[in-house]
Amino acid sequence: MSSHPANWNFLTGRFTLDSLPFLNPDLEGRIVLVTLIVVAVVGLAILGAITKYKKWGYLWKEWFTSVDHKKLGIMYMILATVMLLRGFSDAVMMRSQQAVAFGSNMGYLPPEHYDQIFSAHGAIMIFFVGMAYIVGLMNYVMPLQIGSRDVAFPFLNNMSFWFTFWGAIMFMVSLFVGDFSTAGWLGYPPVTELAHSPGVGVDYYIWGLQLAGVGTLLTGINFVVTLIKMRAPGMSLMKMPMFSWTTLATSGLIIATFPVLTATLLLLTMDRYLGTHFFTAGFGGNVMLYINLIWVWGHPEVYILILPLFGVFSEIVATFSRKPLFGYASMVYATLAIMILSYLVWLHHFFTMGSGASVNSFFSLTTMIISIPTGAKIFNWLFTMYRGRVSFSVPMLWTMGFLFTFTIGGMTGVMLSVAPADFLLHNSLFLIAHFHNVIIGGVVFGIFAAINYWFPKAFGFRLDEFWGKVSFWGWQLGFWFAFGPLYVMGLMGVTRRLSHFDDPSLQKWFIIAAFGAFLIAIGILAFIIQIYVSIRRRKEYAVGNDPWDGRTLEWATSSPPPAYNFAFIPRVHERDAWWDMKTHGYKRPLEGFNNVHMPSNTATGVVIGVLSFVCTFALVWYIWWLAAVSFVGLIAYAIFHTFNYHREEHIPAEEVRQFEHTGNWSPETQGATA
Amino acid sequence: MNTTVADTYGSAPTDFYCAKEPPAHNGTLIGFWIYLMSDCFVFAALFVSYAVLGTSYAGGPTGAEVLDLPGLAVNTALLLISSVTFGFAMLQMQKRNKAGMLMWLAVAGLLAACFVGLEIHEFLGMIAEGAGPDRSAFLSAFFTLVGTHGLHVTVGCLWLIVLMVQVGRFGINEANVRRLQCLSMFWHFLDLVWVGVFSYVYLVGVLV
Amino acid sequence: MSHSSEHAMPSEHEQHGDSMHVHHGSVRGYLTGFVLAAILTVIPFWLVMGHVIDSREVTIFVVLALAVVQIFVHIVYFLHLDTRSEGGWNMMAFIFSAVLVIIVLGASIWVMYTENKLMMPMSTQSTMQPMQQPMRQPMQPPEQ
Repeated sequence: MSSHPANWNFLTGRFTLDSLPFLNPDLEGRIVLVTLIVVAVVGLAILGAITKYKKWGYLWKEWFTSVDHKKLGIMYMILATVMLLRGFSDAVMMRSQQAVAFGSNMGYLPPEHYDQIFSAHGAIMIFFVGMAYIVGLMNYVMPLQIGSRDVAFPFLNNMSFWFTFWGAIMFMVSLFVGDFSTAGWLGYPPVTELAHSPGVGVDYYIWGLQLAGVGTLLTGINFVVTLIKMRAPGMSLMKMPMFSWTTLATSGLIIATFPVLTATLLLLTMDRYLGTHFFTAGFGGNVMLYINLIWVWGHPEVYILILPLFGVFSEIVATFSRKPLFGYASMVYATLAIMILSYLVWLHHFFTMGSGASVNSFFSLTTMIISIPTGAKIFNWLFTMYRGRVSFSVPMLWTMGFLFTFTIGGMTGVMLSVAPADFLLHNSLFLIAHFHNVIIGGVVFGIFAAINYWFPKAFGFRLDEFWGKVSFWGWQLGFWFAFGPLYVMGLMGVTRRLSHFDDPSLQKWFIIAAFGAFLIAIGILAFIIQIYVSIRRRKEYAVGNDPWDGRTLEWATSSPPPAYNFAFIPRVHERDAWWDMKTHGYKRPLEGFNNVHMPSNTATGVVIGVLSFVCTFALVWYIWWLAAVSFVGLIAYAIFHTFNYHREEHIPAEEVRQFEHTGNWSPETQGATA
Repeated sequence: MNTTVADTYGSAPTDFYCAKEPPAHNGTLIGFWIYLMSDCFVFAALFVSYAVLGTSYAGGPTGAEVLDLPGLAVNTALLLISSVTFGFAMLQMQKRNKAGMLMWLAVAGLLAACFVGLEIHEFLGMIAEGAGPDRSAFLSAFFTLVGTHGLHVTVGCLWLIVLMVQVGRFGINEANVRRLQCLSMFWHFLDLVWVGVFSYVYLVGVLV
Repeated sequence: MSHSSEHAMPSEHEQHGDSMHVHHGSVRGYLTGFVLAAILTVIPFWLVMGHVIDSREVTIFVVLALAVVQIFVHIVYFLHLDTRSEGGWNMMAFIFSAVLVIIVLGASIWVMYTENKLMMPMSTQSTMQPMQQPMRQPMQPPEQ
């Protein structure tokens, strides 16, 4: 409350020592203080270790300034995993609060704090876990799948990552400096208007999302151009691997929706900073305009999240069934149909707002229709498995879990699409259970399937099977324990976002849900143990370039791939290009290499990222001078960057030759030396 | 595609890869075009907000009272002529005539700068009359939509200056040609958006 | 090294050709576009400033229709959009965006318009009581 705009000074804006919540002696302050100490100790340990082993130069040269899509992909995955831990801590706090806060027991989280937690949980899970994971996956895999050396705009790719990174940091800083928004993950006005949320929380939310949103938009453009321009010779669109197709569809949706998010948040920013009246209660403002616009972005966003994972499942099902994907063409058309239809359903998020029967009927119908191409995909996966030689490795296990869980989530979605039913279920725990059902069952399961599938490609050793299975069962059982009760309570009419309940008969359901969260915690822990154990046993688990007997081009190159991906750009004849090469006795050439042109590393992305963070952080705290200085610096540095015309270097043929003779390959593709 | 004879008709082993590096395709122009398409969605959202809030005067001035049509006519003419002169600059670029191109670019830039100047003048006048963006939802939507377009033009002017310096220093090289083509698209795109702005915001705005 | 530059040469040429492939237009093209755009700008200004058409709705419709036509003039004569450049992807991106922009504009306005229409009676006391509704009917024509 100290951060009220009234207490403002030139030097530090509205920041005072009172803005630091961990200095407060109450319970909330203590929780934040403990968190801060843990974060500080862990953070200092990591920084100290980097300094001690003199790794700063290595990190700077090989990672932070890297424009290599593979390294950026891995950095996205690490960022997403860290943010998953943050978002999941929020979930655990909510589940434990709701399990105890009945009757006279108010629980341990005051409503003000509880509201911040669910707002942060939602926004983090979507923007910095879901989006970061899928962008990381697409970054790593797509250029390899289409036989390309990198993405179309490698520098932009680096800059996108840093925008996303600093957006995430913005959310994290709000934990310890000031507070976070209490207005839910979409920040509906009028709660988010200055009159009702005078603190810094909403501003953290807005600017964090703006940074991440710009990063994502640039990524979308980058991927579309990569897919248009950089496919290997012979790879026509209908020969593209399914994951690359879904990457194209998702990137197309990103391009068409993220600008709407940017514009909508801009309007809210104008209301908060310049006193305009877009969404205010008076002066002609219209709250429903915000809700309409944010869902124009918000609904396609969930398809942005799920489509790449549909691609992942398509790759995994085909590989582990030893069969080409069933109904490839129908899969492509279903993807495109979903892409367009996802733009026609957004109103189902606010049937209850009162647009009348004809509007509701239209959006109700489109919502039901979009389940048809999705259902077609499910059948394609099932038919791919049918009479295939299915091996139940960990990626396949996640896929089976997905098929089971996601289908049920989809069906509850169709229930919600019936507008009259939605009037009863709107904002109830049924809705919460539904979207966790599709996002955990679809997106999260897909991400873990993908990590288990492509990890050997990225690091040259596979992940531990046992801990992978523990992780899967923790998530799978944990999901149903956590969200089954929410379905039940939702049908009873229990609403979302409550930090306290009066009816003691509900407590048993919340205790079951909390137990579910505990099981999911085991799933997450097992995943981390899986990574740790696999790194420890990396010699034992080492694999060649093609551990799963894969079908697509990424398995054609070494694991991990060299910086240039392919010594020779592949020439594609068939849909499953690598399978085609293997069945026709392809031998990897070991002589006759060319120099390879690659983009140079650049610090510009890092610098621009830092300056944007400083600028937006200053805007959050009304430190106008700092915002102005960093903004001017930003523009100046961007202009300075454009004076650099030499952004390419080449890897000499000799170096390529050396790698091609020493890289990590399976014996059977070791071709010419044999 | 450039295929060597050996690649197309050769024996199976060479058939699966390009022995020579295939041509690199520069994606900047299509990439920038796609960026412009995404910018359409920013403007679409702003047009929607204007369409919804355009008559929410909240007791303040109406469109007919504050919108200045003669000034608008001047602004529209400036932007349209600027668009054409930029086209002439691009024609000079094709002929590799650096001086001619810089001259036309300067003309286009000056016209756009006049546009921005007039718009700022219009805005300041409205604010002085008490018809600022905080007066009503209609004026909020008006200032934001028109202002966002004006901001784009301002960025375009800044970009133009930087490019003129770069062409002056490094000549009409390949990278600069590409950048000029991008700026050209940006320039014409802003004129296109302005068609929507003057028709819907101003002309229709004074009627309703 | 000399070997490598040999390899690089064709690709640079190709790259060069790649960016040169874009349709540039001609003086004639730009002037045609300019004249068409000027005409399509003058007409709506004249219609609105000269109060030429009595019906406000018709004027609005004509102004917006002319704007759409002019947007296409700009796309063809200034932005040189055609089906050939970049292998048709320019056109593809344009159609995709145009369809979705129309959906955003059309559906949003439809949603918000019906919303407003249904909200309006709530603010006036009369429709709160269904009993009074028949009485409103005769009163409405004079209001309009």
